[in-house]
Amino acid sequence: MTDLASPPTGAIRDSYMAELRRRRLYGGLALLVFAALMAAGFRTANDRNAGGFLDGLHRVGDYPAMVLSEAWEKRAQLPAKLLEYLPDLVETLNIAAVSTLAGALAGTVLAFLSIPGLAPWPRMVPLFRRLMDLMRAIPEIVIALMLIFVLGGGPVPAVIAIAFHTAGALGKLFSEVAENADAKPVEGLASVGAAWGQRMALGVLPQVAPNFLSYALLRFEINVRASAILGFVGAGGIGYELKNAMAWGPGRFGDAAAIFVLLFGAIVAFDQLSGHVRRRLVEGTRT
Amino acid sequence: MTAIDAGDLRASASRLFRRKQLAGFGLLAGVVLYLAYAAFAFDIAGLMGRARWENAAVLASDSWSYKTHVERQHRSGEIEIAIEGERRGTYPPGEAPDWIGLGDAVTVDLGHGAVARLLPGNVTEIDIPDYGTARLALEGRDISNDFGDVPPGWVSASDKRVMVTLPGARVTMTPARTEIFRYFFGWDLFWFTLDSPYYGHGPGEILFGPRLDPERGNIAGAAQDWWTNAVWHHKDVAWAICETILMAFLGTFGAALVALPLAFLAARNFTPVWLVRGLFRRVFDFIRGVDSLIWTIVLARAFGPGPLTGALAILVTDAGTFGKVFSEALENIDGKQVEGIRSTGANGLQRARFGVLPQIVPVLASQVLYFLESNTRSATIIGAITGGGIGLLLTQAMQTQKDWEEVAYYIVLIVLMVMAMDWLSGKLRAALIGRGRGH
Repeated sequence: MTDLASPPTGAIRDSYMAELRRRRLYGGLALLVFAALMAAGFRTANDRNAGGFLDGLHRVGDYPAMVLSEAWEKRAQLPAKLLEYLPDLVETLNIAAVSTLAGALAGTVLAFLSIPGLAPWPRMVPLFRRLMDLMRAIPEIVIALMLIFVLGGGPVPAVIAIAFHTAGALGKLFSEVAENADAKPVEGLASVGAAWGQRMALGVLPQVAPNFLSYALLRFEINVRASAILGFVGAGGIGYELKNAMAWGPGRFGDAAAIFVLLFGAIVAFDQLSGHVRRRLVEGTRT
Repeated sequence: MTAIDAGDLRASASRLFRRKQLAGFGLLAGVVLYLAYAAFAFDIAGLMGRARWENAAVLASDSWSYKTHVERQHRSGEIEIAIEGERRGTYPPGEAPDWIGLGDAVTVDLGHGAVARLLPGNVTEIDIPDYGTARLALEGRDISNDFGDVPPGWVSASDKRVMVTLPGARVTMTPARTEIFRYFFGWDLFWFTLDSPYYGHGPGEILFGPRLDPERGNIAGAAQDWWTNAVWHHKDVAWAICETILMAFLGTFGAALVALPLAFLAARNFTPVWLVRGLFRRVFDFIRGVDSLIWTIVLARAFGPGPLTGALAILVTDAGTFGKVFSEALENIDGKQVEGIRSTGANGLQRARFGVLPQIVPVLASQVLYFLESNTRSATIIGAITGGGIGLLLTQAMQTQKDWEEVAYYIVLIVLMVMAMDWLSGKLRAALIGRGRGH
C-alpha cells in the first residue's frame, strides 16, 4: 500500500508547486500591469495638469494657511459670520432632506415595480430596472445644469437633480432588500382582496422599513455633500456662498473659513447622528 | 374568565392599533408639513414666475435637430448658406444643398410644401400652403408686407422686422438682411465638416467606393477627418473622457494603496495602543468630514486645473473612507489564520501578507471596485469644478447656451461611460469575489 501511495504524493506535490508557481506568476504579472498602469496614468495626468505634482506639493498648505491666518486675525467676527451663513447651511440641508424624501418615495415605488414576485406588471420589470440604471448613471450635475438654464439658479434644480439620482440609487438597494421579504403576508392580504398598493404598504413595507430607513439615512449623508457641491455650480445653499467668498479672494477669507467650519460641522454631525440611528435600526431588526 | 381575557386582549390590541395609526398619520403629517415649509423656503411660487420655459423649448428642439441658415445681406446682395451659421459649415460660393436653387432668384424649399424666393430688389416671396403667397419687401428703411392689418398668428410684423414662423422653418426680414432658417432632424457635420471631401458620402461609398481624395486612402482619410472634425472635436472629447476615467482610476486605487497600511494602524487587533489607534481614526474622520468639495478647492489652488488635481481630490477624500472601511474589515478577521502563520515563525510583514490579506482582499476589492464606478460620476462633477475632463466640456458647452446638440452628445457619452464602468466593476467584482470564496 505504501509503495502504491508514495509516487502519487510526489506527483501531487509537483503539480501543486507548478500550480503555485503559475499563480504567483499570474499574480505578479497582474501586479506589474497594475503598477505600470498607475505610473503611466499618473504621468499622463501630471503632464495634462496646469501645475505639476512636485511643484504643487509644497504649495498645498499655502491656501489653508492663508485662510486660517486671516480667519485668526478676524476671529472676533467668526461667531457673527457663522450666524450669517447659518441660513445658507439650512438651505443646503433642506435641499438634501427634500431630495432624499422625494427620492426615497420614488425609489420605493420603483423598487416594488421591479421585483418579479411583487410587481403588478411582471413583464415591465426589466424596463423599470433599466430605468433605475439610467437614473443612477446620470450625474447630478448634468440635470442640475440643464434645470438651472430653464429655471434659473436656486435650490429647486438641485432638489430635482439629487432626487432623480437618489430614486435610482435607492430603488436598486430597496429592491434588493424587498426581494428577500417574506411573501406570506402579501399572500394573506391578497386572499382578503387587498389591492396592489395595500399589499405593498401593509404586507411588505413593515418588514423592510428598518432597512429602507437605514439606506435612506446613508443616502441623506451623501446628499448633504452633493447639495453642497451643486451649490458651487450655481444651485444655491452654502456651496454658492462658498464660491462667492472664494471669488472675492483675500479679504473675504474670514467668510470662507466660517463656511468651511459650518460645512465640516454639519457633515460630521449628520454622519455621527445617522451612523448612530442606523446602528440602532440594524440591531433592532436582529433582536 | 376566557371571555374577559379576550375582551382585555381586544382592548389592548385596539389601543396598540390606534397608537400605530396615530403615529403613522403623525409621521405623514410631519412629512407634509416639512414639504410645505420647504416649498415656502425654496420660493416655488416665485420660481414659476422666473422660469424661462422658452429656454426649455430651445433645449428640447436644439438637442436633436440642426438648422441651416440662408442669409442675404440687403446692401451687397450677397448670399451665404451655412449649417448652424458656423464657419466650418459654410458652403463655398456657388454651391448649395439640393433644396436651394441658386440663380438671379434664389428659391428655398422650406419643407411641408412651403417655398421662399429671394427675388432681386430685396423682395422675398413665400408660398405658404393653405394661405397663398406672401410678399415682403425692403422699401427705403422699412419692411413692407401684405399680411394686412390683422396678420395670422404665425406672423409677427412691424416696420423694422417681419418674422414668419412655419413648421420646420423660419423667415426673418430686417432692414439689414433676410434670414431663412430651415430645421432638420439629426446632428449635422457630426461625421465630416463641409471642407472634408467625405461630407455627404455614406459608409458604403467610403468603404467600397472609389477614392474620394487622391492623396489618401478612403478609410484612413475618413477616420482622420472624423477624428479632427473642427465642429464636434471628437479628438478632444475622447481625451476628456479618458481624463475623467483616469481621475477616477488614479483616485480610487491611489486611495486604496494609501489607506491599506494606515488601516492596520487604526484597527484594534493590530494596534493595541489606544492613542495611536484613536489618532488615526480621528484623521480618517477629519478627512471624510472635510469633504471632496473643500479638498478640490484646496488642491486646485496648489496644482492648478487639470486631471491630476481631480485625481488627488478623489484620492484624499476616499483615503479617509477606505481607511475607515478597511480598518473595520481588519477588526473582523479570523485570528486563527494569523496564529497559524505565526507558529511557523513568520514576522509581522509575512503574517500580514499570508495571514491577513487573503482574508480581507475580497472585501476590499469589492469596496474599491464599487467606488471606482461611483467615482467616475464624481470625477465628472469634480472636473466641472477644477476644470478637467468631460465635466469641463459639459459646463463650457452649457455656458455658451447655444450648442445644445453638443451638450446632448456629452450627456450621452457620460451616461455610456458611467454604465460601462458600472458593468466593468460588476464583472471584476464577480470574478474577484468568486475566486475569494474558493470557486
